Amino acid sequence: MSDLRAAVAAGVFGADDAFRALLQATVETARGIFHAKAASVFLLDEATDELVFEAVAGEGSETLLGKRFPSSTGVAGWVLVTRQPLVVDDLSKNTRFSRDAAASTGYVPRSLMAVPLLAEDTALGVLEVLDRPADVPFTLAEMDLLGLFGNQAAIALDLLRRARRAQAALAGDGELAALARFAARLEAAEDEQREAGLALLGALERLLA
Amino acid sequence: MAVLAHESEEDLPAWSLPAGAGESVLLPSAWPERVTREWAWGGATGAGVRVCILDSGVELDHPLVGAVQRSVAVTKEDDEITVADDDAGDLCGHGTACAGIIRLLAPECDLTSVRVLGAGYTGSAKVLIAGLEWAIEQGFDIVNLSLSTTKKQYVDRLHELADAAYFKRSMLIASAHNMPVESFPWRFASVVSVGSHESDDPFVLFANPHPPVEFFARGLNVEIAWLGGATITATGNSFATPHVAGLCALILSKHPELTPFQLKSVLHLTATNVGGES
Repeated sequence: MSDLRAAVAAGVFGADDAFRALLQATVETARGIFHAKAASVFLLDEATDELVFEAVAGEGSETLLGKRFPSSTGVAGWVLVTRQPLVVDDLSKNTRFSRDAAASTGYVPRSLMAVPLLAEDTALGVLEVLDRPADVPFTLAEMDLLGLFGNQAAIALDLLRRARRAQAALAGDGELAALARFAARLEAAEDEQREAGLALLGALERLLA
Repeated sequence: MAVLAHESEEDLPAWSLPAGAGESVLLPSAWPERVTREWAWGGATGAGVRVCILDSGVELDHPLVGAVQRSVAVTKEDDEITVADDDAGDLCGHGTACAGIIRLLAPECDLTSVRVLGAGYTGSAKVLIAGLEWAIEQGFDIVNLSLSTTKKQYVDRLHELADAAYFKRSMLIASAHNMPVESFPWRFASVVSVGSHESDDPFVLFANPHPPVEFFARGLNVEIAWLGGATITATGNSFATPHVAGLCALILSKHPELTPFQLKSVLHLTATNVGGES
């Protein structure tokens, strides 16, 4: 029975939490790999053309989740629109950047690595890694590693996005909401009722085939 | 606005060459025995070469950029795309960074900024294509593309434009992607695609025997122009690309007769790992 429920709901009852945990683990790992002070994932909200803090590890993790800013601003914006990974240093000595960053995040990094999160031909968002150790020279091997890691983060973000879409379709007034309610009732039903319900569902399937 | 791949300045198509008509297709033949950097760009400044930066705009009067001959912006409202003169400068800093690098190598080239980035993510591929169409129409010698798109539905059009540019003697210089994704236009053979190497010498250029990335230029810890007249240090193929655009401007200012095919050959022959002294 739980198979039916999972199939109908595409695992989205509670899946948002699981995917969020996956994204959180992703930024924690990114932070660890690069020995950085903080790492974050931004999801592109296409409806409003904004980038939204979706997961944050380290500095700012308490306050930044859910914050949003226009998709073409800041280094994250560059990376999103050019699809090109970038690393910038010496940011804190630049007053303009500091002001912009402080306004949007409350935290001014010294250096920043950013990579676009791409799933097939769609740009989903951006992964940023802030303040890797200043005393170790940056190398292109790290840049390649960032690209590879960005690919993994993109897959996690894509799963989250799909789960949310499925959830929106199945929840509340969503167009498939009746399906979710049906699955829930079937699961709660007595054996006999459940069998009848499944037989009816089988008949419906044959009708639509 | 449309530029077609088959467009030509000839009235009639030249599909064949009749016997004895070799005189009608004379080409420069005074090539040196060995193409050296001295021959290719020794003493050159980029003067007379028109370089277009298709990016986020260029900040006016940045000390590392100097004069920008023209700035236009491509905008999209509903489905209407407009190309118009613009004085808003650079919206995010990326285009100014590229302009500063081109100026460093080719101090006297003409720079034109075409802003195709900065108006948000949505619709950016259409705006990019409109900007590229405009740039090819204007006949720029070099177009710097420190950007790419992953949108597959635009691949055919981009490919057609890249070929049109190649045959109209506009050399497109495009950033390669150091990520495991399919993106464009850098993968096309009619553009020069650029990745990064780790040397800090702006004139070190490596030819890659394993394309699609054709050349590696300086892209690690580059001092770049930043908004507000400032500079910062940055890494990325976005900054390797304008190094090659600047080199091409130098070469074309000394040898304006070169076609994109010949220009790419000169880049290859003068590459650090092919025979060019650094």
